[in-house]
Amino acid sequence: MSEPATAMPTTPAAEQPAIVVENLRLNLAGTDIDIVDDVSFSIAPGEVLGLVGESGSGKTTAGLALLGHCRRGVEIAGGSVRVGDTEVLALKGDDRRKLRGRVVSYVPQDPAASLNPALRIGTQLREVLDVHGYGDDGKARDERVAEMMREVLLPDDPAYLRRYPHELSGGQQQRVGLAMAFACRPPVIVLDEPTTGLDVTTQAHVLNTVRELTELHRSAALYVTHDLAVVATLATRVAVMYAGRVVEVGPADELFTAPAHPYTRRLIGAIPHISGKRQLAGIPGRAPSPGSRPKGCFFAARCAWKIDACTAELPPLRQVAAAHSVRCVRAEEVMAEAGLPSGATLPADEVRAGTPVLSLRGLHAGYGGRTVLHDVTLDLAPHECLALVGESGSGKTTLARSVAGLHHERQGELLLNGEPLAKSSRSRPGEARRTIQYIFQNPYGSLNPRRTIGQIVSQPLELFGTPAAEREEKVGTMLERVSLTAAYIHRYPDQLSGGERQRVAIARALVCDPSVLICDEITSALDVSVQAAIVDLLAELQRDLGLSMLFVTHNLPLVRSIAQRVAVMNKGRIVELGPVDSVLLSPHDDYTKALLADTPSLEAVTA
Amino acid sequence: MATEPSGSAASQTAVADPAGGAGSSGAGPRRHWWHIGGIFGFIVRRTLLGVLVLFLVSLIVFAATQALGDPARAILGRTATPASLAALHKQLHLDQPVFQQYWNWITGLLHGDAGTSLAAQIPVTDYLKDRVVNSAFLVLVAGGISIPLSVAIGSYAALHRDRPFDVITSIVTLAFAALPEFVVGLLLVFFFSTNVTHWLPAIAAPGKRPWQDLEGMILPVTVLVIAVTPYVVRIMRASMIEVLESDYVEMARLKGLPEREVLVRHALPNALGPTFQVIAINLAYLAGGVIIVEYLFNFAGIGGAIRDSVFNNDLPLVQALAMLIAALYVVLNLLADIATILVTPRLRTRL
Amino acid sequence: MTLADTVALTPDPEAVELVAQKPARLLRQAWRLWRTRIGVVLAGGVILIAIFGPYVAPHGPSDFVGAPYSSGPGIFGTDHLGQDVWSRFLNGGRSILWIATAATVLGITTGALVGLVAAYSRNSLDDVLMRAMDVILAFPQIMLALVALVTLGAQSWLLILAVGLTTMPRVARVVRGAAQPIVERDFVAAADALGVPRWRILFSEVLPNVLAPLMVETSLRLTYAIALVASLAFLGFTPNPGGADWGLMIFENRIALSVQPWGVMLPIIAIGLLTLGTGLIGDGISRAAAGIDRRRGGE
Repeated sequence: MSEPATAMPTTPAAEQPAIVVENLRLNLAGTDIDIVDDVSFSIAPGEVLGLVGESGSGKTTAGLALLGHCRRGVEIAGGSVRVGDTEVLALKGDDRRKLRGRVVSYVPQDPAASLNPALRIGTQLREVLDVHGYGDDGKARDERVAEMMREVLLPDDPAYLRRYPHELSGGQQQRVGLAMAFACRPPVIVLDEPTTGLDVTTQAHVLNTVRELTELHRSAALYVTHDLAVVATLATRVAVMYAGRVVEVGPADELFTAPAHPYTRRLIGAIPHISGKRQLAGIPGRAPSPGSRPKGCFFAARCAWKIDACTAELPPLRQVAAAHSVRCVRAEEVMAEAGLPSGATLPADEVRAGTPVLSLRGLHAGYGGRTVLHDVTLDLAPHECLALVGESGSGKTTLARSVAGLHHERQGELLLNGEPLAKSSRSRPGEARRTIQYIFQNPYGSLNPRRTIGQIVSQPLELFGTPAAEREEKVGTMLERVSLTAAYIHRYPDQLSGGERQRVAIARALVCDPSVLICDEITSALDVSVQAAIVDLLAELQRDLGLSMLFVTHNLPLVRSIAQRVAVMNKGRIVELGPVDSVLLSPHDDYTKALLADTPSLEAVTA
Repeated sequence: MATEPSGSAASQTAVADPAGGAGSSGAGPRRHWWHIGGIFGFIVRRTLLGVLVLFLVSLIVFAATQALGDPARAILGRTATPASLAALHKQLHLDQPVFQQYWNWITGLLHGDAGTSLAAQIPVTDYLKDRVVNSAFLVLVAGGISIPLSVAIGSYAALHRDRPFDVITSIVTLAFAALPEFVVGLLLVFFFSTNVTHWLPAIAAPGKRPWQDLEGMILPVTVLVIAVTPYVVRIMRASMIEVLESDYVEMARLKGLPEREVLVRHALPNALGPTFQVIAINLAYLAGGVIIVEYLFNFAGIGGAIRDSVFNNDLPLVQALAMLIAALYVVLNLLADIATILVTPRLRTRL
Repeated sequence: MTLADTVALTPDPEAVELVAQKPARLLRQAWRLWRTRIGVVLAGGVILIAIFGPYVAPHGPSDFVGAPYSSGPGIFGTDHLGQDVWSRFLNGGRSILWIATAATVLGITTGALVGLVAAYSRNSLDDVLMRAMDVILAFPQIMLALVALVTLGAQSWLLILAVGLTTMPRVARVVRGAAQPIVERDFVAAADALGVPRWRILFSEVLPNVLAPLMVETSLRLTYAIALVASLAFLGFTPNPGGADWGLMIFENRIALSVQPWGVMLPIIAIGLLTLGTGLIGDGISRAAAGIDRRRGGE
């Protein structure tokens, strides 16, 4: 991973910016309610500006507006987007269309869905050139297509171009997307979270390609993302968005070491670090959605720095340092705050010992004859949290599901406190089912939408024979324990946010006093700040209740904040197993080393 | 054997998934011995499945007509006496064991001998020869008009979603879809033939072949078109809307492609996939649904034959017609599945 | 081929994800739409006539009241047997209604059960069930009904059975299609992991989430069942040849359409309005469900 371009000049005023956005405003179609307002920034040629925000911040909507495009239900209500001499928002119809792909192009988030499944990739690549009349004739365009493929490190032979999108892997599809975006050598590129859903290794490759291409073509790139760590490795400047407003914009290294806005500060504090165990802190509350934004600063309700002046009116974006602007009345104080924005460093844990509560011996598992887990042997000590780390296809989820009895196609031994466990959870005695609990990844799918929270959390109690009189009390207690109130009992899941739902899932899992908790990527679908809060909660619960925990994740740095030991998995085998400190700081296995090297982290900037 | 799209119309999780599992189950991939590859293998598998279905259908048809109840009694009705029943039993071989009867029937069918019509006293195949052609003509004309019409209307409605054309189309298709065909038919007859005006004939000219009696074809074809078009319009619209909201269509627009090209090259081909299934089903339905129309307009086709044969308890004819319709369904569904596979490259590689 | 078949084949994008709706709330939302109200008025009106008609008919359905095809004494004249058309009409709806309703109930319950079990099983049971459904689906509904009638005649129970059994696979398709994504969801896996009995998962976890599409399907199937039973009577297959029956009236009076139109038109209009009504109600429910989801905005 090369150094982020800290050596590059951070003042964009040095040369003419490639794109200037001023006071951009986007409304809910047909209303006066703004989704995004007062968004201004500029990007110089060859520069990457990271546009960072959590879900609901409006970052994608703002990014699309640079192409003069809105999704259904959104309309452009004001502001200006100037590329060179052209005012994009003043163009109509065909003129605006001609701009797209040639002057400003777009790299979508989901490459699989954005490629036409019925057309060969060669055709789709060629289209962009044909439509914009690039090159003199067909032959020139064919050559350019081949050149594009080489630029993104894909084969340039005609046979490859005849493939259909589904015949490519996720990473390859995304490269095709990149090739299409850079085809006409546009001066401006908008990249919309293009590495979401890709493996860390693939992500690293794609990010490299993005960096090279922007340098090669001197394109100004807007990189929209929620992942601060990725931004740190790629962008020279960063703009942070919250509830539809830009709250801070400045050079990446300044922003990450001495942020000037409380939200940015909290966001950085929520990001896991590889190099040392830090306390993660989430941000209580939710971001206000369009239409329910308060008078005054939108972040005030969740802000530790709030004073009366904050709620009086929305602070303007003002400069606090060279090329660094913030939307906060107390920005100077925030910047000067001693202590890292990242959470306090905590001492590393000792490794627990004792007769293992869970034992796996020679576990094989597969799907329809295809083996996914090979000969896995693992022990889980009592009261310890063991993290299972790997990329997709590593078998970590299959392992977790086999332990829970949800995956039946397995051989090998699985012991709970020395007693063998049946393959299917149904065949296991009630005690075994009660004592091993599972929390799923997707908070939107793991709660029955037709049941109340109270019913959901009390389901295990009903099943395992808790008398009705006690149930309500236990449910109430458990909900308080996960920082929800008893008022939630009568609500339905669709009234809750993702973080709240995941808390309910935790409550459901813990309500009948299990001894083993299996967490399957439980924070992957959540925003960074919410993830931090959930992991913090879970770590606290694990300590207090003395749970043994199997924590499955693909996010290596996250392991620091919750686990004592970590097992790294690759292609169905455990390649490295040991205390978190030693594995992360001095790995033995090549795969682990490669994984660590490819993982983007803030420390590259802040260290 | 209509395969069923259980998910969104034209997206990645293959909707009408003829390749997934066997037929309509579309469950996750399971490796069975019959998973030999390619389109050829697919056709072979589906054909075998079709044969199996036809076999089961023949059992049902036979059971419903001959094995339960006493056909002889039904035929003779009130005039049945023990003597006449016994005589009829012997004549129709109903005194043989059931399996024997079934075997005779099915082997006869496979040799092209469908027995003799009880009412008309001529071989079933002769009786049906002309009628099959007549009905085919009727169905093809109706299909030839309704299918392009409904694809066009459905697409246009999708493109101009929620605007007047779409709203009106939605109401009209709903109305026509809900009304039974004989209601529509009789209303048309009332208005155009017998009561309000006398522009069109109320029945098909007897003795003439349909292409010799085009005037008499107008109303039957109209009723059939009205019967089928609403469904294809709704499906086409739904499919088109889903495609128009897809990520890849948005991406095509963001690449700067002109709208016309976005529609023709990216949207339409992906929207047509599920439509093939519906078209096939509609054609098959037309074949069965002509029962009402042909009876109403006294049209000499297989629909009328079905009705008459049931009315007259004409067993061999009923059985033969049932098998014919079933075979037609199976073939049409197979063709629809093949067409879908050809149009959806993604499914091809899964075969 | 019906409305319901198309919903099964490609869900209307506006009707996608009909999940998580309380039936009562869904109906209330549907009632707000004008089309549902019109549907209720139309269908309700005809149903009232069908149910209460016999009580207000001036003459019995088979009474001889005047010369055949004359214009009196009733407003609508007499039919080919000299019976009062108006009285026959008022008596003619019950049979169709109750047979169609009973058949729909049979079809919906069996179909929902098959669909749920098939979706949840996800293995060979699923295959077997859907193959069996395919066999029944190898015919248009009317064809299968006719085949059943050949030997045993048009008896009420046979009609209910025939129409019900042919409704079953179509409902099963739809329910299975709606239940499959539900069954894949983690909350069902969570119940599995807890060891909740399978039947209980089906009925208390899965079924509530497919109620919305099931409700839509019910009204659409009812529409078609009414059309089918009436069509069969129109073709001459009715369970009570002597009594009055709308389809039978059409069958008998068709010949004399130009002379005595009311014998045909009254039942035609009634059947038309009834099917239109139930169709509108079904469409209203379907749109309400989609509208609710759209307004919730998903995540």
